[in-house]
Amino acid sequence: MKIHQYTLPLSPEQISELEIGDKVLLSGVIYTARDQAHKRMLSLLNEGKELGFDLSVTAIFYCGPSPKAEGQVCGAIGPTTSSRMDKLTLPLLEAGLKVMIGKGERSSEVNEAIHEHGAVYLTAIGGVSAVLSRCIVSCETFLWPELGAEAVYRLSVRELPCYVAIV
Amino acid sequence: MRIIPREQIYQAIFDAIAHITYHNDPAVIDLIDKARQIETDERVADVLGAISLNNEISPIDHIPLCQDTGTTIVIADLGRDVLISSGTLQEIADEAAAPAEKHCPLRASIVSEPLFDRKNTGTNSPAILHINQVPGDQLRMRIAQKGGGAENMSFHLMLSPTISPDDLTDLLVQRILDTGSRACPPLVIGIGLGANFERCAYLAKAALFEQLKNPEPRYARLEENILQRINQHGTGAQGMGGNLTALAVHILFEPCHIASLPVAVNLQCHDHRHLEITI
Repeated sequence: MKIHQYTLPLSPEQISELEIGDKVLLSGVIYTARDQAHKRMLSLLNEGKELGFDLSVTAIFYCGPSPKAEGQVCGAIGPTTSSRMDKLTLPLLEAGLKVMIGKGERSSEVNEAIHEHGAVYLTAIGGVSAVLSRCIVSCETFLWPELGAEAVYRLSVRELPCYVAIV
Repeated sequence: MRIIPREQIYQAIFDAIAHITYHNDPAVIDLIDKARQIETDERVADVLGAISLNNEISPIDHIPLCQDTGTTIVIADLGRDVLISSGTLQEIADEAAAPAEKHCPLRASIVSEPLFDRKNTGTNSPAILHINQVPGDQLRMRIAQKGGGAENMSFHLMLSPTISPDDLTDLLVQRILDTGSRACPPLVIGIGLGANFERCAYLAKAALFEQLKNPEPRYARLEENILQRINQHGTGAQGMGGNLTALAVHILFEPCHIASLPVAVNLQCHDHRHLEITI
């Protein structure tokens, strides 16, 4: 199994080196977004407004963390089912998104769009939150705190283990 | 008549939730450890290794097994001679399901209304409660945290009563395999057969709590057959390949209408968080 140590942002060359099944240990700054955050991000893009972060240099992680206890960097972290975001993904790819992290299969439309935009879909292992949480360096609420677990969180990650699913 | 204090029931449910948040079913831990030791594919071994490690460090790091700390499920077998000192079981379960800061921070994953506002209740309540009245003066509760991913991949069918066991097997195996890796395999599979529309879904849920082989030999063979067929297909842990797509299949059946054969399948991910307590 080929293992890539990558730090965001990923260059087109780095993405082109990836093959399905490769492992990626991803470092850098990523943003969480689930169903409701996707709906809100799409509304902002439709209105021609800014998201407050550059989609092209980061990754969207389909994740709703659990709250942290006192003294912890973050709570439990892990991927949610990506296919729920399929219909909301195309506009983000068009707006420059290059890296998505989630779990499970994607629709054929998303598959094609990932190829078209030179993007990559990575899967993280579901249900291993204690393992993944050890890779989180910092975690802060970035957008829409009223959404709770569905808010956008800004995560700084170190060697987050992922596998290449679509490239 | 035996009076059980409300506080005792509350504490029992609260403690159970605090435990299962960090402790997987020991039988699941064991099956995954054993599979990892004999796995020859590097990628599959890597995934199984991460699941094993997660089971080990979740209680040490005090980080929940999964960020989706789920819906709280309580199946209560309430003895007919039991009187709860105050309140209802639903009130007590809802109170116990609410996140307790510091001790056990659960994710607030429940919205108060499903379609229009989807406003989070913020308390991870209400819990889903099933009450069965039984003889005796004890309260037995089976308590689980059920994540949304595997629940979303679960399904319910009203079949023709003349379907053969082989055709039923084919149908269920195909439908389960169609869920791919979305339900977070390796899976525990609960199947309800018979009863009626809503009772069948309950049976599928209750089947997830079964630990032993089915006492009815024909159903035991059906369970075994479905398990083998699913594991031959090569989906594997997290869809990464291999022969560990499912860990166990449990069937519960009940009498049903002459015109009906309801079947429900409730999928459980590899974080099988449940506990049984008797007061």
